[in-house]
Amino acid sequence: MEVIIIRRTFAVMNPTGQIIHLIKLEARLEWKNRQAITSLIVYSLASIYISYLAFRQSLDPTTWNALFWIIMLFAATNAIAKSFLQESKGLQLFYYTTLHPQSVILAKTIYNILLLGFLGALNFIIYSLLFECPMVNVGQYLVGLFLGAIGLSSTLTFISGLVSRANNNVALIAILGFPLLFPLLLMILKYSSNAMNGISWVVNQQLFYILIALNAMIVMLSYLLFPYLWRE
Amino acid sequence: MSYKPNSISRMWWWKIITIAMLLYTFTMGFLGPVPAMPIINESIRNLYFHVTMWMGMLVLMLVNAIYSIKYLSSPKIYFDIVAEETARMAMVFATAGLITGMVWANYTWGAPWVNDPQLNGTAASMLIYAAYFILRNAIPDETKRAKLGSIYSIFAFVMMFVFIMVIPKMNDSLHPGKGGNPGFNKYDLDSNMRMVFYPAVIGWTLLGTWIMSIRVRTKLIENKISA
Repeated sequence: MEVIIIRRTFAVMNPTGQIIHLIKLEARLEWKNRQAITSLIVYSLASIYISYLAFRQSLDPTTWNALFWIIMLFAATNAIAKSFLQESKGLQLFYYTTLHPQSVILAKTIYNILLLGFLGALNFIIYSLLFECPMVNVGQYLVGLFLGAIGLSSTLTFISGLVSRANNNVALIAILGFPLLFPLLLMILKYSSNAMNGISWVVNQQLFYILIALNAMIVMLSYLLFPYLWRE
Repeated sequence: MSYKPNSISRMWWWKIITIAMLLYTFTMGFLGPVPAMPIINESIRNLYFHVTMWMGMLVLMLVNAIYSIKYLSSPKIYFDIVAEETARMAMVFATAGLITGMVWANYTWGAPWVNDPQLNGTAASMLIYAAYFILRNAIPDETKRAKLGSIYSIFAFVMMFVFIMVIPKMNDSLHPGKGGNPGFNKYDLDSNMRMVFYPAVIGWTLLGTWIMSIRVRTKLIENKISA
């Protein structure tokens, strides 16, 4: 019964409405099954603590930054890998018959950005508690963190969708996704190490705009290419 | 399959040009006059091989992206075969370009691998195309493989373009023409070198196309036999 109602509401909606509704649905599903998000948090905490045990000393800014982003990369891969793989055949069919493909990819991307933003903020807090933070410009760093979350989640969401059509092998997400993330990670590492060292905004501004352009490009590419994945 | 054995791939004239260009490249590349310069010395001859193979690779990758788009707009398996074989050939050129580059770097920069944006771009693009083949091999179904492969390779091409063409331009690089280093054309790519450089680019690209077209034709025959 409920399914039919949802289906009717979806079918009459415009794409924006569909996106908002889908994000709410994802959040509700996540809340209902809290095990997934808990396991993500525990995964991040464990990986931060392992690094803490491995280093046992305060880090120089470059290492601090690099280690943080490596932890973020793995947390993101883990968090986003499930975004398409988790769904049952029935739910996929339901989406397929009622929704625009673009709404699905945009909703998933936005949801994953929020998820990863939350996870990134949490990681950042715990990480700076354990490793003494030699940070000069925290605000700028956090902006970088959010931009990184956008890039990581939009790329990996798309790759997750691709892999869900291939063979549902989670390892494939890392193989396909990591090389595509090189340019983004290179830029974000540069930007955030500038922010850490307190280099003025005038210098970092250029990197900031490039990161925004790169993110916009990734989102646009997945927006354009996802309908082809969808049609099967 | 609406594919007619493509007339151009069967013509002989461009194969003659390929052989002529490459013979010319090798003779002039090893024996021709080059400007005498410090540090680079005679290793500047590698320009005819390293840089030109690199350009051949870029052309093949572009063809790969174009055929992937073509496949998505009209799914004919021929487009996918071309896309796959161009990617394979691009990998061959990438490997060759990497090895010649490492030899060159070893003698001029002092180490075969340095942390240079262009080298990182190479590593990334080789990993991306390796991933492309892994993706293809992971899917047994032919049309699905073609579709997912095309989608991935379009996405990958754009990202790789950013990495190879945009990022090195704004970072300091040991390569000429970037980060305050003077470009080759500024002081040494004199008309003598240009006379070898451009034919070499054409020669390598045509060689890649030739090998690729033979492999495509073999694949088409295999498909016909197994069908």
